[in-house]
Amino acid sequence: MVVVKESPGALGLTEGDLIEMYHKVVLSRALSARMWILNRMGRAPFAITGDGHEVAQVASAFTLKPGKDWVVPYYRDMGVVLTVGMTPREVMLGFLAKAADPSSGGRQMPSHFGHAGLRIVTGSSPVATQIPHAVGIALASKLRGEKDATIVYFGDGATSKGDFHEALNFAGVHSLPVVFFCENNGYAISVPVKKQMAIAQVSQRAAGYGFPGVTVDGNDALGVCAASKEALERARGGEGPTLIEAVVQRLVPHSSDDDQRRYRSQEEIDAGKLADPVPRFKAYLEKEGLLTAERNEEINKRVAKEVDDATDFAEKSPYPEPEEALTRVYGSVEG
Amino acid sequence: MATKTVIEALRDALHQEMQRDERVLVMGEDVEEGGVFRVTEGFLTDFGPGRIIDAPLAESLIVGAAIGAAINGMRPVAEIQFADFIHPAMDQIISEAARMRYRSNGAFTCPMVIRAPSGGGIHGALYHSQNVEAFFAHVPGLKVVAPSTPYDCAGLLKAAIRDDDPVLFFEHKKTYRLIKGEVPEEDYVLPIGKAAVVRPGKDLSIFTYGLAVHQCLEAAEAVAQEVSVEVVDLRTLAPLDKEAILGSVGKTGKVLIVHEDNLTGGIGGEVAAIIAEEAFDYLDGPVLRLAMPDVPAVPYSPPLEERCLLNPEKIVAAIRKLAGY
Amino acid sequence: MAVNLVMPQLGETITEGTITKWLKKVGDWVDKYEPVVEVNTDKVDVEVPSPDAGYLREILVSEGMTVAVGEVLAVLEEAEAGAEKEAPVGVAPPPAAEAPTATRARATPRVRKFARDHGVDLARVSGSGPGGRITEEDVQAYLSTWQPPRPAPAAPEAIGPEQEAEVIPISPVRRTIAQRMAQSAFSAPHAWLSMEADVSSLVRLRDGMKEEFRRREGVDLTYVPFVIKAATEALREHPFLNSAWSEEGIVLKRRIHIGVAVGVQEGLVVPVIRDADQLSISGLTHAVQKLTDRARAGRLSLEDVQGGTFTVNNTGAFGSLVSMPIINPGQAAIVSMEAIVKKPVVVGDGIAIRHTLNLCLSFDHRVLDGSAAGGFLQSMKKRLEAMGPDMSLY
Repeated sequence: MVVVKESPGALGLTEGDLIEMYHKVVLSRALSARMWILNRMGRAPFAITGDGHEVAQVASAFTLKPGKDWVVPYYRDMGVVLTVGMTPREVMLGFLAKAADPSSGGRQMPSHFGHAGLRIVTGSSPVATQIPHAVGIALASKLRGEKDATIVYFGDGATSKGDFHEALNFAGVHSLPVVFFCENNGYAISVPVKKQMAIAQVSQRAAGYGFPGVTVDGNDALGVCAASKEALERARGGEGPTLIEAVVQRLVPHSSDDDQRRYRSQEEIDAGKLADPVPRFKAYLEKEGLLTAERNEEINKRVAKEVDDATDFAEKSPYPEPEEALTRVYGSVEG
Repeated sequence: MATKTVIEALRDALHQEMQRDERVLVMGEDVEEGGVFRVTEGFLTDFGPGRIIDAPLAESLIVGAAIGAAINGMRPVAEIQFADFIHPAMDQIISEAARMRYRSNGAFTCPMVIRAPSGGGIHGALYHSQNVEAFFAHVPGLKVVAPSTPYDCAGLLKAAIRDDDPVLFFEHKKTYRLIKGEVPEEDYVLPIGKAAVVRPGKDLSIFTYGLAVHQCLEAAEAVAQEVSVEVVDLRTLAPLDKEAILGSVGKTGKVLIVHEDNLTGGIGGEVAAIIAEEAFDYLDGPVLRLAMPDVPAVPYSPPLEERCLLNPEKIVAAIRKLAGY
Repeated sequence: MAVNLVMPQLGETITEGTITKWLKKVGDWVDKYEPVVEVNTDKVDVEVPSPDAGYLREILVSEGMTVAVGEVLAVLEEAEAGAEKEAPVGVAPPPAAEAPTATRARATPRVRKFARDHGVDLARVSGSGPGGRITEEDVQAYLSTWQPPRPAPAAPEAIGPEQEAEVIPISPVRRTIAQRMAQSAFSAPHAWLSMEADVSSLVRLRDGMKEEFRRREGVDLTYVPFVIKAATEALREHPFLNSAWSEEGIVLKRRIHIGVAVGVQEGLVVPVIRDADQLSISGLTHAVQKLTDRARAGRLSLEDVQGGTFTVNNTGAFGSLVSMPIINPGQAAIVSMEAIVKKPVVVGDGIAIRHTLNLCLSFDHRVLDGSAAGGFLQSMKKRLEAMGPDMSLY
């Protein structure tokens, strides 16, 4: 495990940046809480969120160039997409499957993010299928001599898929401008990571494909920032791919169809809560004098308003017309 | 006009498209040295390693990376060395490529072509002889094309490359050097979704595609004194040319569907269902299918291979049986 | 205003849940989103939050009870008005599919459609195909030989009000004739023109030739072939009479196929002499005779009655002097040749006895107008008037 001791200044982060990162982290957590409530009320059939991943997601996404770098997320990455520029309203429209949902017009399950304008690439449910896509995107950027990087996010379970290995292999052979970012929360639904791989860390896999891999504490915002920044610079500079493994906690069940108390002891779940990255990040900012009680109150109020506004807006927004289900199967032939 | 083999027609058409549009790139195994069937012969010299890319031996990756390249503004032509090897890429083709437009409500599209040589009759046995088109014709969001003449191959390959949707392009490998035909020098595109009446007739319609088209033409000629057989080359398997199918049935009233793919679950069932639903009043006999028997794949030993594959004699027998109804 | 707290669907396949513990009691205040009750399902144990702020007015399901998803668990009294959820609209089950009626397949769908289109009841047709299957040829044969059933001789009885009329069944042929007559009459605007031709010379010709012709040719020489010849020559001069109306344009037919109306037992058939303009009077005579014989024997084929471009109607055969024939569908005109009458006419400034023949032309006013029709009839009249003993019949 690499413990990065960077200062914000060295990373090019201002005070404002750090506060904004914190805001996004709190917003992500609050939206998640609202989603779970709506699900338990029977108002939304399905919820899947990334509680415990927020700091790693926001910190890494903060180093991207929104709308230029390509972002290929998976279903826990609400923190990533909010940081890249999706709005709470857009997220809730997708959650409630309304017509104006930019990810899919209500066609996909919640948290299958996509946004053409922000270069957030639409994804599916089978894990790791997005990793070869990211590699193809990076290939096209490289062929055209562009300086955009591609970052693809996935969980520890995905690293067992053939698509993961085939994609990393190809990226290594062709030295592609791509960052592979694994959010290792130790579980693929109920399967613990030691049944997922025989090695200690996901980052060790990179050596097998010919490029660097690094493991960072996913709860350490600056550490994640530093690792991401370096990886993106390598990519843009033509030095090829990097595999970053951010170790995080999964503070929620896999999804609303899972009860993690079946396979995780209460002690373990409680321990996870103690390692919650949000209060830890808060504590860091307070210690640096960046987060006064006032500012904190302000952020909480702002977030509460954003969440309520997004929920109301999405709830009032219309569903798609039934006949929409028959559209967008094919496009037209290029003239 | 030049006379070309199917391979030459494909090569020239692909070359022309790559010259016309710098977004077109080819990715697959062995493509840099020309491809095992020589379709990309000389392309590395002409277009460079940026556009002719040897992929590692990983079909899922070939298709997945092609999808990514298509998302990022390219028009990839992915080559799967034999259609028999396409199965590892099924997830990427069906769950991803076919659904890109639908699942993103049009925000993302996947303009790519997946080319694969398919079909038997070259002593390829179980793993170099398969017909896989039925798996994909079943998936909305994909287009499936199976031309069998040099003219059609050239025109439809260009159409596939220019199409904004993912197109599966199946070339019957036995036609590669066997079938020759005239191909115009100038640029032309044939429409995807349109069949061709390759031999007009009055008494009986045959719907077919791939190498079987040529076998059916031979059979039709053999019985020309007894029965006037109309042979329709479907050319596109998804979407099927319903208008052509129903038009031909209306004319003759008797239908024989011929395909090299297995009988059960093959395209023939779909064509037969369409006819039963929409041309019932015009039928003057049962809709018959002639196809490979339901065995897992084509065996190697010559008597076994011949037992399974089609030939003009088998087609003639089927024609006579239906004509006599 | 009352708000219901319902059992939510907590998981994809969950259909019911069990109340494990109420976290609030009746009368308690509940905040919006505050957990109210603990519920246990197959997949998850959860706390269900309140949909609104208010007082817990009534608990309907007690701890330990299992209820289906959607059942009301408790009722809240809202502090402020809130939107009520719409009750889901029930969807009527689709109507049960009609049981398919069993039919014996004695004919293929194509043949059944053919029979249907021609008004033939397949039960009356015998099949010559494999296994007794009815073929299209069988149906065609039936069509040309159909006889209307003869009504059984009725016992003499007083004619009461129910017996004032008798219903004769309509044969398939008559049905077809009726349909086509109606189609023509109601789609083509018919206009009508008539001229009188002095055929005294023609009469002399025919009277002089008829015995020799009969001896030599074995058939009777009638006036019909002469009228047909005049018609075909006039059609060459006035091609628009040999045409048909279509939405895409007037179809000018290049060849001349003359339909000759023949009366048969169940009605009128119009067999066609193909390329009638290429035949001599003798040729036309034979052609007419052959077709008439076949028609009367019920042995006309479909080809015999298809493809006509113009029709000649011998109404004179039953003594008509003036008639308004109906155009055959697919043509633009029809001419009747009326009875030849010997009568006094004005010639110069005096009176003479002449044989006259009326030609009555009905034409499709969409295609033709009076002057075109008149030109044509003039042409026919001129030719008929010029026919005389020095005309060759071959």
